[in-house]
Amino acid sequence: MQGCRSRRCSKVVSYYGLITPPYKLDALEPYMSKRTVELHWGKHHQNYVDGLNKQLATSMFYGYTLEELIKEGYNNGNPLPEYNNAAQVWNHHFFWESMQPESGGSPEGGVLQQIEKDFGSFTNFREEFICSALSLLGSGWVWLVLKREERKLSVVCTRNAISPLALGDIPIMNLDLWEHAYYLDYKDDRRMYVTNFIDHLVSWHTVTLRMMRGEAFVNLGEPNIPVA
Amino acid sequence: MALRTLASRKALVAAALGGARPLPAARGVATFALPDLTYDYGALEPAISGEIMQLHHQKHHAAYVANYNKALEKLDAAVAKGDASAVVQLQSVIKFNGGGHVNHSIFWKNLKPVSEGGGEPPHEKLGWAIDEDFGSFEALVKKVNAEGAALQGSGWVWLALDKEAKKLRVETTANQDPLVTKGINLVPLLGIDVWEHAYYLQYKNVRPDYLSNIWKVMNWKYAGEVYENATA
Repeated sequence: MQGCRSRRCSKVVSYYGLITPPYKLDALEPYMSKRTVELHWGKHHQNYVDGLNKQLATSMFYGYTLEELIKEGYNNGNPLPEYNNAAQVWNHHFFWESMQPESGGSPEGGVLQQIEKDFGSFTNFREEFICSALSLLGSGWVWLVLKREERKLSVVCTRNAISPLALGDIPIMNLDLWEHAYYLDYKDDRRMYVTNFIDHLVSWHTVTLRMMRGEAFVNLGEPNIPVA
Repeated sequence: MALRTLASRKALVAAALGGARPLPAARGVATFALPDLTYDYGALEPAISGEIMQLHHQKHHAAYVANYNKALEKLDAAVAKGDASAVVQLQSVIKFNGGGHVNHSIFWKNLKPVSEGGGEPPHEKLGWAIDEDFGSFEALVKKVNAEGAALQGSGWVWLALDKEAKKLRVETTANQDPLVTKGINLVPLLGIDVWEHAYYLQYKNVRPDYLSNIWKVMNWKYAGEVYENATA
C-alpha cells in the first residue's frame, strides 16, 4: 500500500493472520482425524481469514481488534458484512485452543467446584452439554460461557457464526457443530462427535486459564471481609 | 374434532407440497414415510457420489421423517390437552424436520441420471420463461451458483415460480425452511441442498464445484412439468 510520501512517513498496514493450533495436526486422533484438522484449519479457517482481510482493505473496521470487530459488527442482531468472517476467525481460533490431545475427562479444583455449583454435578453438566449440542438445528456452535449478569457458568448454543462475545458473555470453551467439523470422521453421527469431544478432547487446562481471566471481570463469590 | 381437522389439513399440505403421501394411522394423525428414489444411489456419479446419495437419503432424510412423525405425535397430544405453550414450543422442531422432509422429497425428483435425461437444459415454456426473466439459461445458472455459494451456514437455493407475479425467481432459505417461508405464492421448481452434508465427502469445502457439477444431473423435465401445471 502507498504511504504518505509527501510527508515522508511510511504507513504500516497490518492484517489478520492464521494462528497455528497448539498441537500437531494429527495429535487429536483418533477423535478428530488429521484430514479433518488439515481441511478445517487449513481451508475453512484460512478462508475466513483471507475473506476478512479482503474486506478490511476497504472497511471502516480496519484497525479494530477482533473482539471489537465482533461486538460492533454484530450490530445488535443485524450483522454487518464483516461480522461473519471476523466471528468465524475468532470462533475457530478459540476452538483449536479449547482442545488438547489426550485430554477430556473431568476438571479439578476451582473449575470443578464452579461447575458443581452451577450445574449440580459434572455429570449433569456433561449431559446438558451433549443434549444442547444435539438440539441445535442447523449449523452453529455450543459453548460453555460465563454469564456476566447471572454470574454463573452456562451452556449455550449459537447459530451459524453468532458469538457469545456479541451477546455480552465471556466464552470459556466451544465446540464447532457445523457439519464440516465432523462429517469426514463421523458422517451424520453428531452425538458420537460431541461425546468424544467432551470425553477426550476438551482442554480443562485452557478452561481453567480462561476462567481465571473471566474472574477478573465477573465476581463469582462473596468476599470474605474479616470483622475486626 | 380438532384432531380430525389436524389430520386432514396435514394431508392437504403434504399433497400440495409434493411430499410423500402420508399414511393415515389408527389415531387419525398422519404418519409420513421416506420416499424411494427412482434411480440407484450411484447413478448420479460423478456429479454426486453414491456414498453421499446413500447417506443423504438413508440417514439424513430418514431422520427428518422419523423426527417429524415424533413431533407430530407430540403436537397431537399437546393440542388434545389444550397445552398452548407446548404447541408453540414444538413449532421449530416441526418446521425443521417437516421442512427437511418436504425439501428433500423435492430434491430427489430434481435429480436424474445423465442416461435418463439428467442435465438436458429446459425447453419450451420453462425455457422461454428463463430467457425472459434472467436473460439466458447461463445467466440463471450463474445466479443460482452465486447465491448458493454465498449462503452462510446451512440452507437451500431455489429456482422458484412466483405464481401471482407470474415470474421466475432465485431464492434462498435457511436451514430446512421450505420455499413457502419466503413467499406464500412461491412454487419450487428446482432446489439445491447446500448443507455441507450434501457435498462434503466429495467436494470438501469447495461448495462452488458442487454447484457447477450438479447441473449435469438436473432434471429439467420435472421442473418443466411443475411449471406448466402451475401456469396452466
